[in-house]
Amino acid sequence: MSDVAADAANPPLLPRSRTDWLPLILVPVLALAVLPLIGDVSSWVTLTIAGLAMGMMIFLMASGLTLVFGLMDIINFGHGVFISLGAYATLLVLGPLAGWASANSVALNLALLLLCIVVAMVLTGLVGAVFERVIVRPVYGNHLKQILVTMGGLIVTEQAIHAIWGASPIPIPLPETLRGAFVLGDIVMERYRVVAIGIGLLVFAAMQLLLNRTRIGLLIRAGVENPEMVEALGYRIRRLFVSVFVAGSALAGLGGVMWAFYRQTLTAGMGMEVMVLVFIVIIIGGLGSVGGCFVGSVLVALVANYVGFLAPKLALISNILVMALVLIWRPQGLFPVARR
Amino acid sequence: MAETSAEPLLKLESVHTHIGPYHILHGLNCEVPAGELTMLLGRNGAGKTTTLRTIMGLWQASSGSIRFDGRNITTLPTPDIARSGIAYVPESMAIFSDLTVRENIVLAARSGPVDTARLDWMLGLFPALKRFWNLPAGNLSGGQKQMLAIARAIAEPRRLLLVDEPTKGLAPVMVRSMIEAFRALKAAGETILLVEQNFHAASQLGDNVIVMEDGLVVHSGTMSDLVADKVLQRRLLGLSLDAHQ
Repeated sequence: MSDVAADAANPPLLPRSRTDWLPLILVPVLALAVLPLIGDVSSWVTLTIAGLAMGMMIFLMASGLTLVFGLMDIINFGHGVFISLGAYATLLVLGPLAGWASANSVALNLALLLLCIVVAMVLTGLVGAVFERVIVRPVYGNHLKQILVTMGGLIVTEQAIHAIWGASPIPIPLPETLRGAFVLGDIVMERYRVVAIGIGLLVFAAMQLLLNRTRIGLLIRAGVENPEMVEALGYRIRRLFVSVFVAGSALAGLGGVMWAFYRQTLTAGMGMEVMVLVFIVIIIGGLGSVGGCFVGSVLVALVANYVGFLAPKLALISNILVMALVLIWRPQGLFPVARR
Repeated sequence: MAETSAEPLLKLESVHTHIGPYHILHGLNCEVPAGELTMLLGRNGAGKTTTLRTIMGLWQASSGSIRFDGRNITTLPTPDIARSGIAYVPESMAIFSDLTVRENIVLAARSGPVDTARLDWMLGLFPALKRFWNLPAGNLSGGQKQMLAIARAIAEPRRLLLVDEPTKGLAPVMVRSMIEAFRALKAAGETILLVEQNFHAASQLGDNVIVMEDGLVVHSGTMSDLVADKVLQRRLLGLSLDAHQ
């Protein structure tokens, strides 16, 4: 290469690294900012833990949808049904293993929770594969049809849940040792919420590892940005689509289990009920961004908790308010993906 | 086509392509000989990009045949066409902005880690990439993105490179850099089909030339013949080489 070309290829200044800390700082800054308003440290910690737990559960339910939306450009209004199905899958485990739930053993209780999660993820993954093949695949590239058809799929599957498990709400017991709270001085932390935070963080870490340290993760990130170029590199993106849809459905199933034990009541419409929240966090986070979805979930949940405590009348609109403010600040979401 | 003894690596026969209601390619016939650099020239809207995209299967040919190394690839899906040994650098470059330079290259090397000697060769062609190796590709300048897009196409040995307007929008100094890089690729024996609007750049690189107009090939031959014939240049391209210099 000539000197001229080499000079052109080696500009003197490195471009600025694009690590974007602002949205990450936003959550702790917000949490600390409301501390003086709440006044009492123990109430603040309790509210924060509750908010984080809620945020993790929303993240579990939403993370799959943001990947499906980002990679496949599919608006899946039927995502909520996988949350409901995951929740109802707990019955398949709680039926034969009811004794494990009432046993005063942390190991048995956690094993039961883990088993519920595995069964729910397998079931929702399988249903997700069928849903993608039968309902979603014929409407790739047509958003209006996607909304209509996936809503139809949601209604059909909800009715199927009614047909199988009945239309009445079904109470489910929280495993014995996950009931109650840890009390540290004046600070009260519900045990199940602490477990939810742990599982949420674990899933987020696993997803980050998968997306950033593996070839399949690279493919998903590249596919979110430019699926056509991924195909031109020789990768069969259709297979990736199916895998991501199945994984997204399974994650919703996992979220459904956590949500079910949190509510301790099952209804076929419970998935649909949280879909507004799910859509809000994936829009806030930046469509297709798992990190954005995580921060968005925590942000929305914390704000809901703090506002519910400080100004209960505003609690109903706090989510929409957060979304509006974030979108005014960053119209593409907290962590916009390049293509979107 | 050029007077050459080389067996064509790529051969398009009576290829028609429709995009929605528009009929873009009207029975295209052309050949790309192995081991040579063939320039695809033509005015805006002549169908050059459509030709490359049709070869890659990104837009399906409505009729006709595309043969690559004797194999009919006309109806193959894009990933299979890429796996048969064709690399594509689109006009938009289509680098993955959220991935680092390294990740872009890693992804392009389908069969596993990039061979060290090949990596050294690639980074010798495009040294800027080495400096920005672990930075998001979205941070690169236009010229550097183009370098990355080409490096990605050659991350593994490929039998044919399809490159769409690599000098478009680049500063003159970067255009010279690109020309040198393509010279090096030619010297390495790569077979290249290069779409180019810049006839000055094209004239320095091409062994053969195909000129398109309204979705048809209106001229094919050696680049040296076209460079020598100013009247032909004016008739085919609207401008002579002198006007580009």
